[in-house]
Amino acid sequence: MSGDHASSTISAQVRHVESLLESRGLLDPGEIDTRIDEFLAGGTPANGARIAARAWTDPGFTDRLLTDANTAIREVGLSMAGGLQEQRLKVVANTPDEHHVVVCTLCSCYPIALLGPSPTWYKSEAYRSRVVRDPRGVLREFGLELPDDIAITVWDASAESRYMVLPRRPKGTDALTEPELTALVTRKGLIGTAAV
Amino acid sequence: MADRFPPGTRVRTRTGDPDGHTRLPRYARGAVGTVVERAGTHPLADERARGRATDPRGVYHVRFPAAALFGAGDHSVVVELWEDYLHEADPEEVPS
Repeated sequence: MSGDHASSTISAQVRHVESLLESRGLLDPGEIDTRIDEFLAGGTPANGARIAARAWTDPGFTDRLLTDANTAIREVGLSMAGGLQEQRLKVVANTPDEHHVVVCTLCSCYPIALLGPSPTWYKSEAYRSRVVRDPRGVLREFGLELPDDIAITVWDASAESRYMVLPRRPKGTDALTEPELTALVTRKGLIGTAAV
Repeated sequence: MADRFPPGTRVRTRTGDPDGHTRLPRYARGAVGTVVERAGTHPLADERARGRATDPRGVYHVRFPAAALFGAGDHSVVVELWEDYLHEADPEEVPS
């Protein structure tokens, strides 16, 4: 597994390539930073929360979301096309019988457009290596104690798809509006390390 | 493009440890799992990382029982794998 890149030679290599591209006129000075800023500006867990709240209030939307998430999220004005290419999105729904959790064991792939920049622990080797082997134990450390009769599925983002968990709608929320439901959804809930 | 491994197909992953970049995680090598669905078609990351020309080919969500990967555990792990990493499991090979 790769570790922290911040102080490694790869950072120097990337800066070198960037300056070569700029010196040859293939890239405007600062263009990469600008593009990254633009991409990140739209990425926040509030996007994923809106998707979850819509799914809780609209069963038809839930069906479309679980079948073809890229098309469905356009109904709420969202898209996975903010980067260089549209990424495939796979949404997996928690049920009374099954709980899902997301990891990238190879690096730190993550749906930034829907969840914002990933939390530090998501990129840590401890989370990445342990959650595939002992998800029940790792979730317990996050404060999520799942009964033994709930099956756990871990999704490893080892190729090109990005994943989002659709949490279960909390009990006692029948009277809440869609914006009120949106406010209940947390980033951990959308990764699967918390219930909501 | 035809689906090489339709949902429900039992597949075994490659066992080799190639030089350089690959997207077949070490823990999932040589294991038997079941195809959930195709996850689109993409150029093979192993070849792209080496700067080689590469055509898009099928990528699959493959579900493995934890016991088949680690020898223990009651959960499942779904790994997303290029068809290059997979071959159909022998009929007697059942996910353990």
